Amino acid sequence: MTQKTKLVPVSREPALLPERDADKSPVLECIDLGITFGGLKAVDSFNITIGRTEIAGLIGPNGAGKTTIFNLLTKVYQPTHGTILLNGKDIHGLSTAQINRAGIARTFQNIRLFQNLTVEENITTAMDTQMHYNMVDGILHLPRYWREEKVVHERALELLSIFHMEKFADAKAGSLPYGAQRRLEILRALATNPCLLLLDEPAAGMNPSETAELMENIRSIRDTFKIAVLLIEHDMNLVMNICEGIAVLNFGRIIAKGSPDDIQNNPEVIEAYLGRKKEA
Amino acid sequence: MTKAKKKFFSLKKTTRIDLATYLGVIIAFVVMTVLKDGGALNRKTLGLLVPICCYMSMAVSLNLTVGILGELSLGHAGFMSVGAFSGVIVSQSLLTAVPSAPVRLAIAMIVGASFAALVGLLVGTPVLRLQGDYLAIVTLAFGEIIADLVNCLIVGYDASGLHILFNLSGKKTIDDLGLDAAGYAIIKGAQGATGTKTIASFTAGFVLVMLTLVIVLNLTRSRAGRAIMAIRDNHIAAQSIGLNLTKYKLMAFVTSAALAGAAGALYGLNYSSLQSVKFNFNTSILVLVFVVLGGLGNIWGSLLSAAALTILPEALRQFADYRMLVYAVVLILVMLATNDPQFKTFFAKLLPHRHSAEEKEG
Repeated sequence: MTQKTKLVPVSREPALLPERDADKSPVLECIDLGITFGGLKAVDSFNITIGRTEIAGLIGPNGAGKTTIFNLLTKVYQPTHGTILLNGKDIHGLSTAQINRAGIARTFQNIRLFQNLTVEENITTAMDTQMHYNMVDGILHLPRYWREEKVVHERALELLSIFHMEKFADAKAGSLPYGAQRRLEILRALATNPCLLLLDEPAAGMNPSETAELMENIRSIRDTFKIAVLLIEHDMNLVMNICEGIAVLNFGRIIAKGSPDDIQNNPEVIEAYLGRKKEA
Repeated sequence: MTKAKKKFFSLKKTTRIDLATYLGVIIAFVVMTVLKDGGALNRKTLGLLVPICCYMSMAVSLNLTVGILGELSLGHAGFMSVGAFSGVIVSQSLLTAVPSAPVRLAIAMIVGASFAALVGLLVGTPVLRLQGDYLAIVTLAFGEIIADLVNCLIVGYDASGLHILFNLSGKKTIDDLGLDAAGYAIIKGAQGATGTKTIASFTAGFVLVMLTLVIVLNLTRSRAGRAIMAIRDNHIAAQSIGLNLTKYKLMAFVTSAALAGAAGALYGLNYSSLQSVKFNFNTSILVLVFVVLGGLGNIWGSLLSAAALTILPEALRQFADYRMLVYAVVLILVMLATNDPQFKTFFAKLLPHRHSAEEKEG
């Protein structure tokens, strides 16, 4: 494994930063990130810089390697080469759980909720790393237990109110309708207090009006929590509307980066999605 | 509706079930004590009281591993064995130092629990770092190893303290310990523990069951319990929210082992002689049957099935040969009943008011 250490001079492609974040240090930088499965280069020389409060999009045809990048960022896969800097720090060697504690939270393409826990418990479990009472406090229900449980209960309801889901608090997560399960997954990720939220196809399976609401929600989450969002999505309406920067991936390589307008008019992107026009 | 009743129904459903479980155990204890003191119980039933308490505690603690953590353990009797024999050794060596039987029993149970927890930690630390059914394989082997190890154990006590000998060659006897004139043997190798002063009591059994319930139920309702159940439901998501999987799995497994150890100590001190064969694979499976029959993750179900399945074979003694056969059939029926939709709808039709009945129970 040839993991490059920090700050090897790499020619960085133009950054993908909205103007308001330009003067702040980026929340995430990927430098020459890549992974090979056997002989297959699933992701190759992936460079991206995400601003502190940016909503960025990662798009591309099926099998382009988008989810693989999420799995690299959260260390589900170990990158074969390249560096990931989170808040300027190299996250090489951290485990998936440690990555979360360092500030990256994610949702999954195929929903992964704690089905048999209630909606509220799904969220309070995600606050576990911020709680301090120990096993004895828990078994004996000492004052520390009640104090912290009260705090997380209130915070959970507060989070649920973002999506108007307070009434489901005591329902089993597995019994929720599909769209509500997707929203709960976002809330669970938010509950871990991330600085970067990775959303893997948040609008999948949602109808147009639900999608429109989700767009508003993602924006308001960014504004309230002052965090960055990187999302994978096939719904171009959503991507073009809320993303400030977009990276297009095809066969594991970035083929275009820029604002929604740039991307929409980029001939390479059109080719990747629609194919080349036949010469007359 | 009275005020207390209203308050009861305003509680969370899980809290209501927990309270009802405690209440049920207390009522059962009071009723049995009254019957016992009134002389309404025959010798056979009296002899079953302590074992039932032990098996209840075993079932609830195994439910923590199998139902709540979602890892299969096939060596729960092994932890009971560790607790039983360490408890017997402690109790027998403290005969003169601690004359009060209840205090000695408490010390023996605490020591039994500690040893079982230590062994659980040793078994669990390497295995619980893995994903998959490795725990089942390792605990299965562990149960067999413990039974064989205890078979080799020769322990005696005299004025100079404990004498412990491992009879690995199979040729050593109690005489090789070199006890002085006042010394006595506690464990005699394959013969097991003999001449143990029986100090277990029904009250101690009740306290054990209540303690087990408090520990398991309160742990489940705390942040650790939520994390443990989250890992059971989806370990990938659990990792993604920053949970330390190994820590929480070990917490559940070691707690479960410790409670089995305490139950073992009580069980061991209920009989004047005890062989390691008592805690073999069949016992592990028996406890697993209690848990599966009572419902995975269902604590009061474990209590009920442990009591029922301990009494039944005794009541049907003449059919004891078919006990394992009946267990297998019962297990298959339960699996059908819980997983087969046709079976479920059939039962739903039989019990049209099931939901309201549940409400009353809870």
